[in-house]
Amino acid sequence: MPDDAPEKDRPLAPVGGSAEPPEGTPKDAAAGSPAAEMKETAKPPAPAAPTASATPAGTKPAAPAARPAVPAAPKEPAIKPLPLDNELVQRMKSRFGAAIQEAWLDRKQSIIVVARGLLAEVARSCRDDEEFDMLTDLTAVDWPKREKRFDVVLNLYSFARNERLRIKAMAGENESIPSLCAVWPAANWMEREVFDMFGIVFEGHPNLQRILMPDEWEGYPLRKDYDILRQDTAWVRENLGIESGQ
Amino acid sequence: MDERSIHGMSGAGTTVLGADEIILNMGPQHPSTHGVLRVKLKLDGERVVGTECIIGYLHRGVEKIAEHRSYQQFAPYVDRMDYVAAVSNGLGYCEAVEKLLGAEAPPRARVVRTILTELQRIASHLLWLGTHALDIGALTPVFYCFREREEILKIFEKYCGARLTTHAFRIGGLQYETYDGFEAETKRFCDDFAHKIDEYETLLTENRIWVERTKGVGILSAEDAIALSVTGPVLRASGVKWDIRKAMPYAAYDQYEFEIPTRENGDTYDRYLVRMEEMRQSRHICLQAIENIPSGPIMGKVGKVLKPPPGEVYHAIEAPKGELGYYIISDGTTQPYRLRVRPPSFINLQAFDSMARGGLVADVVAIIGTIDIVLGEVDR
Repeated sequence: MPDDAPEKDRPLAPVGGSAEPPEGTPKDAAAGSPAAEMKETAKPPAPAAPTASATPAGTKPAAPAARPAVPAAPKEPAIKPLPLDNELVQRMKSRFGAAIQEAWLDRKQSIIVVARGLLAEVARSCRDDEEFDMLTDLTAVDWPKREKRFDVVLNLYSFARNERLRIKAMAGENESIPSLCAVWPAANWMEREVFDMFGIVFEGHPNLQRILMPDEWEGYPLRKDYDILRQDTAWVRENLGIESGQ
Repeated sequence: MDERSIHGMSGAGTTVLGADEIILNMGPQHPSTHGVLRVKLKLDGERVVGTECIIGYLHRGVEKIAEHRSYQQFAPYVDRMDYVAAVSNGLGYCEAVEKLLGAEAPPRARVVRTILTELQRIASHLLWLGTHALDIGALTPVFYCFREREEILKIFEKYCGARLTTHAFRIGGLQYETYDGFEAETKRFCDDFAHKIDEYETLLTENRIWVERTKGVGILSAEDAIALSVTGPVLRASGVKWDIRKAMPYAAYDQYEFEIPTRENGDTYDRYLVRMEEMRQSRHICLQAIENIPSGPIMGKVGKVLKPPPGEVYHAIEAPKGELGYYIISDGTTQPYRLRVRPPSFINLQAFDSMARGGLVADVVAIIGTIDIVLGEVDR
């Protein structure tokens, strides 16, 4: 990735947390956050300082002033996922038991992970029992290092509750996902797009063909192991009459 | 090039036709498909008995590109999806990344964003009205619509130097202060526009040809619309009073009064009326916002290098065509791990089949027009 290489060399500005203590020694402040982190871990012997600070005259009076600011720990992420255990999750757990694998809140948005096999039943129950009547979006994410590499993600919306809910199901490389076309006809094209881009097979889909890419195209472009410059050169040669699309 | 190799034809070998049925190919080079949309129509005489949309001609892999650009670098790309409503695309993207970062744009930036986005909604609806009327055979409105749209594009050009792919907003706020006379020009446009829109209505609303061509054409019931995830004016014309600007306010929409126009019949005529009323409401929002733009900074506190904390967010706005959503996953680096665009055009186009099936072949053009699609967004 030629893009991010120069950024790694550049000093990084802390984004989430507040600025560093302005009183700190200029050397440390200039070094940027990685150094600040090191300093923090190296600091613990310091607590003796309040009594000792008078004797080592070498340290500037700034040192005690800086200390209260350091435990503010700007490294602590301001935003982090919180466990979710509201009534909705409890009702779904009572209905589906262990199929509801995980639930958390991320940036105030509810996310529930369900077992792949029961996805259609869970979706139907969300629509009929929980009033999540619209399938806003259906997509997938590729995590190639994980044992089950794909997440299929549904974004549901409830008009009655004015709420969104995200449901995820994990699938391995050669595992299929039950199609939701019978629950929401809108899933038809969305699942075709996921199939087109990731190669995930939706079982029971009435017409699982590529939708954006040409039908004969080899490979699934949104997989992480599909390089951004890669293309089906044979297809390009045959159909466009040129050697390469680049 | 033999027939087999033409994109999309290879799977067509299995179509079974009745004795009276024919297949008619429409597009991708057809003036009324608003871009490169190809529709295969199965006809029984003049009646449409089946349709198939073949899309992807403009596919550029926007979501893949996003994974290889930093958050700021990707912002101009979103303008090129719905290229007649670039400002709305930019608003959705910037707000989604801000949500991911836990940052917020300052009040002044939010109000200016709202004004520009509403002007963009008017511009997008004007383009729709002109071309839709042209498709159906009313030649005049397109000239008037483009005249008014030009005024809006001039405001954009003065504001950020670009007319279509504006890249008007930045993550965290705005790059540019408003120019001298921005308020006055916007106000003048809004004042003039009030009777301009009445003028368009005198051309069409009670025009017998227009009414005959649109009333009862391409009916979509509210249940079907929801089941097909249709959003925007198409959903509201079917009688569902739902608008993200009201349901989950963003930018500065919670500060202004406006109505959500709805109709009951869900036909092409109602969708026309809903969009006409939406333009009036957008004008109303602009006038309220222009009265009182708060002073203060235009850029919030975001770093030069954006590294959102790991996690994910879905943020949607009410774009002129419907719900435009961004689902972004961050892995803590400067580039999105995954960025999914929920495109209103793509998902609304899926309802085309249920709207056109059973109708006349002459109405197909009216139905494509009434969904208001932009192929750049359908294909991304």
